[in-house]
Amino acid sequence: MAGVATAGAAALLLTGCGAAPSSSNASGSATKSDYTACMVSDSGGFDDKSFNQSGYEGLQNAAKDLGINEKHVQSKADTDYDPNLRSMVQQGCKLTVTVGFLLGDATKSIATANPNNHFAIIDYNDPTFPKNVKPIVYDTAQAAFLAGYLAAGTSKTGKVATFGGINIPTVTIFMDGFADGVKYYNQKKSKNVQLLGWDKDKQDGTFVGDFKQVDKGKVLTQGFLDQGADIVLPVAGPVGGGAGSAILDAKSKGKDAKLIWVDSDGYLTAAEYKSVILSSVQKTMSTAVESVIKDDKDGKFDAAPYIGTLENGGVALAPFHDLDSAVPADLKSELDQLKKDIISGTVKVESKSSPTK
Amino acid sequence: MSEKTTPEPQAPGGTTPEPQTPGGTTKEAVASDVALDTAGGQMPPSAVPAATQLHGGDREGSVMHKIFTGNAMVSVLSVLLAIVLGGILMAVTNPKVAAAAGYFFAQPGDLLTEVIRPYTALVQGSIFNWAGADLSAQLYPITETFTVATPLICAGLGVALAFRAGLFNIGAQGQIIFGALFGAYAGFAWHLPIGLHLLVVIVAGLVGGAVWGGVVGLLKARTGAHEVIVTIMLNYIANFLLLFLLTTPAFQRKGSTNPISPFLDPSALFPELLGPQFRLHAGFLAAILATVFVWWLLNRSTIGFEFRAVGANPSAARTAGINVARSTILVMAIAGALAGLAGIAQVSGTEKYLSGGVAASIGFDAITVALLGRSTPWGTFFAGLLFGAFRAGGVAMQAQTQTPIDIVLVIQSLIVLFIAAPPLVRAIFGLNPRKKKTTTSGTAGTHAGGVKSGAAA
Repeated sequence: MAGVATAGAAALLLTGCGAAPSSSNASGSATKSDYTACMVSDSGGFDDKSFNQSGYEGLQNAAKDLGINEKHVQSKADTDYDPNLRSMVQQGCKLTVTVGFLLGDATKSIATANPNNHFAIIDYNDPTFPKNVKPIVYDTAQAAFLAGYLAAGTSKTGKVATFGGINIPTVTIFMDGFADGVKYYNQKKSKNVQLLGWDKDKQDGTFVGDFKQVDKGKVLTQGFLDQGADIVLPVAGPVGGGAGSAILDAKSKGKDAKLIWVDSDGYLTAAEYKSVILSSVQKTMSTAVESVIKDDKDGKFDAAPYIGTLENGGVALAPFHDLDSAVPADLKSELDQLKKDIISGTVKVESKSSPTK
Repeated sequence: MSEKTTPEPQAPGGTTPEPQTPGGTTKEAVASDVALDTAGGQMPPSAVPAATQLHGGDREGSVMHKIFTGNAMVSVLSVLLAIVLGGILMAVTNPKVAAAAGYFFAQPGDLLTEVIRPYTALVQGSIFNWAGADLSAQLYPITETFTVATPLICAGLGVALAFRAGLFNIGAQGQIIFGALFGAYAGFAWHLPIGLHLLVVIVAGLVGGAVWGGVVGLLKARTGAHEVIVTIMLNYIANFLLLFLLTTPAFQRKGSTNPISPFLDPSALFPELLGPQFRLHAGFLAAILATVFVWWLLNRSTIGFEFRAVGANPSAARTAGINVARSTILVMAIAGALAGLAGIAQVSGTEKYLSGGVAASIGFDAITVALLGRSTPWGTFFAGLLFGAFRAGGVAMQAQTQTPIDIVLVIQSLIVLFIAAPPLVRAIFGLNPRKKKTTTSGTAGTHAGGVKSGAAA
């Protein structure tokens, strides 16, 4: 005990002898701008491996690349949104990015009360937003369509599955696109690949009930695997980890199953599952956030919604990485052609949940 | 009953009265009991002798009682300890502190500034913002504290009241959700004249909470089902029912499929007390009225006397001719209604719409609030204000100094931990300098010894 204390004191003594920074250093480097961009998370937090996290990365990149100040606050509950947004305005934020439809009302009311501050909101659009709010939304169905086609073309059992966190538009848009991709593959190839977990016509399917119960995601995935599905698309933020661990378990028992990640490239962000991640339906939120911040800093802010599509790279199908060999070459070229067709409008991807201009 | 035949009251924390102990624990205990019963002298003593009210019941109940009704000093010291520990935690996790510690001997002030900065922000965000541009900006924090405290106080009163009747009400969360659900529906689906509408919303919310609480009382009284289990399960049911209802068109906005309800009609909202730039609403006045009501109920009414008698010793209460079943159902219904009022404060005052997270974690924080307030009405009121200040200040702390908001939750949790272990707190502050012989066979006695020796090691 005494030894530990002595060692601790010695360590303190040794570490405490450094020189104090000169006061000129405190104001930061000369290139630092006095522009401040801020962000308020929803109750998922910045470590949700989903849109909060991607948005946060965009903010960090902007701070680094543009030499601006950044502030961010994390909301713990739905009741935190309004006070958190107010505090960001008080902190002198020129642009505040909010994340998700849950912050829609708070963003609208705070933006109305502070017409000189700018706001951007990820994944939500409300036609009644005032002129200082820029919605950042995604036509995710386009990329999910490619994922559905890919899954149908790669599946060996002829069954693929998906499940969602909660039945809300930003989740079901993935499932709609995925379902249509599978359907399109069946039509083109006269096959009968089945989709479990989502019925596009009824707009109903399998849901966890929230974005937190990772173990439930695992149980659901095991259920799908037992029913014969070999590719699973979890659209449930961190709950996707449950699907990942179920598939890893199945793989260790000699079953061939794969995962399609959502929002970010799971090979990079959920590396523990990279050996089973076939691809990811990406929403490149960080680049969108960074470009909105850059525009605002340069005085080019406008309230027109940013809609991420395959065309502008806002949504994309991630590379296959380690599982590249699992995808036949002709399927790859078909996917490339399909992407071109969706961009040109030859193939129409429609979802009830797609954002409107 | 046998342990109750001795006329001597037992001191809380399991310390047996010993004449030679310094400080005179027996006297202290009785004094604290009386202080508790009279809410620190603000209220005249109640009809049932203080010591009997608090230390009655079966053994399991008496341990819970000690945790819930420990003396005021322990509450204050617990808060203090938690703040100090929170400060240390912030210091170790903050890279700037580490940097400042690196040149501690050159500029010791820097380290201290870095440690104190978050707490300064906490005060600026919860009481008075001296850096504010005008008076309204300076006073905004305290109004925010009141706003956040409102549902905590209401739900805390519900937990405290049930506890005084010997029931451990974990179900405030579900009762808040039910109150909010009923109240919000009456608020956005019906369009009534101004004045009447708010009244209908409040009544609907009270009924919603009372039903959800009353069910617990009914199950307990009729079947003997344990209220802790029942309330926890009912929390789940309420939560998932809310999530389900929000997926149905009846609870969604026109043309939207997001799980969020329409705004309540303006006529269904609590009036703003200080204008639109503040969030403070008349729900805070309702919380004060509720506190007065609970005080009156417990200390002035026959029903409240019965509640306390049942809480002290159900068998004795039954022998004395009190209808224990009726008291149990009634107290849970009233506790539920108080939590329902918290739900109304949320939908009709602060948030103005219903969402899946409308109850946040208020129902669970309410347990802590009641615990910290030692289950007295005014104690709960001030504990609610303290927690409101933590929440409101936590926002500023996070925004100004980028300290993780989790620190505030850690501080809250530490408070609970310390309140639940009074001997630990007393040992830390040297209020129990010598290890006393524990002659009681009660769990609390051995517990005290165990914790003390643990703390000494």
